[in-house]
Amino acid sequence: MRGEAGAHHEWFDGEAGPLVRSFAITGGRAREGSEFELLSYVVAQPVDEQRLALHLQPEHRAILSRAHDPVSVAELASHVGLSLAVVRVLLADLAEAGAIGTVAAQNPAHQVPDDDILQAVIHGLRST
Amino acid sequence: MASAVLDGRARAVPTAIKILVAGGFGVGKTTLVSTASEIMPLHTEEVLTSAGEIADDLSGVEQKTSTTVTMDFGRITLADDLILYLFGTPGQDRFWFLWDELALGALGAVVLADTRRLDDCFPSIDYFERRNTPFVVAVNCFYGEQPFQVDAVRRALALDDNVPVVMCDVRDRRSGRDVLITLIEHVRALTLGSAHTPVSSPS
Repeated sequence: MRGEAGAHHEWFDGEAGPLVRSFAITGGRAREGSEFELLSYVVAQPVDEQRLALHLQPEHRAILSRAHDPVSVAELASHVGLSLAVVRVLLADLAEAGAIGTVAAQNPAHQVPDDDILQAVIHGLRST
Repeated sequence: MASAVLDGRARAVPTAIKILVAGGFGVGKTTLVSTASEIMPLHTEEVLTSAGEIADDLSGVEQKTSTTVTMDFGRITLADDLILYLFGTPGQDRFWFLWDELALGALGAVVLADTRRLDDCFPSIDYFERRNTPFVVAVNCFYGEQPFQVDAVRRALALDDNVPVVMCDVRDRRSGRDVLITLIEHVRALTLGSAHTPVSSPS
């Protein structure tokens, strides 16, 4: 849908290419999945695809194949090459179908970590 | 929320620390992220649309109605269960709304400054001051030239006395990581107050 067609039709804005693609993947949804923060960790769940109440698009599969081990949402988006907004919508699909779960972080994300963790960060930065 | 929350027993989830790298366009943010990180920088994209409230933010842009903003980030694995993420902030003012998400849960920020264009880092400093996000100012010494002294930079930027200002060379891994250590000590000092003593370095 992007590419050569854009150059020849004045009503087709080539600059809108990524946007059109995003909306095609997500069915026009843009606001779902906001609970998946950049450093939320997700992991694929062992499910039988035949019994899944979700028709998996290639993009869903790409996400699942990159989430066998817990992975941050930011890294996941980078690995599958999709925008964060799109990845969040797809994650919401997968979560609702039970195919992906969020993993509770060891540290609450919105407070300063304990001092022993900060000291460990400094030691790590000096030694790695 | 429909997703299951697992307890993470099967596979440990690391403690993730997020630090932002801010500053004006072209000051070296991506370079700092890449040299300090263990892998090539990763990228995520956000697509800006011309719909709704975002339209106002694009009012100064005459041709594009949609823009893809690329955010660079890198990771440093400090231990099996401890990972530091560095996020470069989008350099242009019109992407401010993306900063709120980036700043959410961030431990602190490095504001990179170029003494030839000190004004460029004012918006970043204002932003972190307003949010009470701990930050340090790192003056990137391009080509080894550094006509300004730390105190002069501090005065020019009207920084509080407790905000660390350091010189660095973002192309140098050691130098970049020293900036990160300065930031973390700053956070420790703010948290611990007078009980703070810097983590001693091996001599």
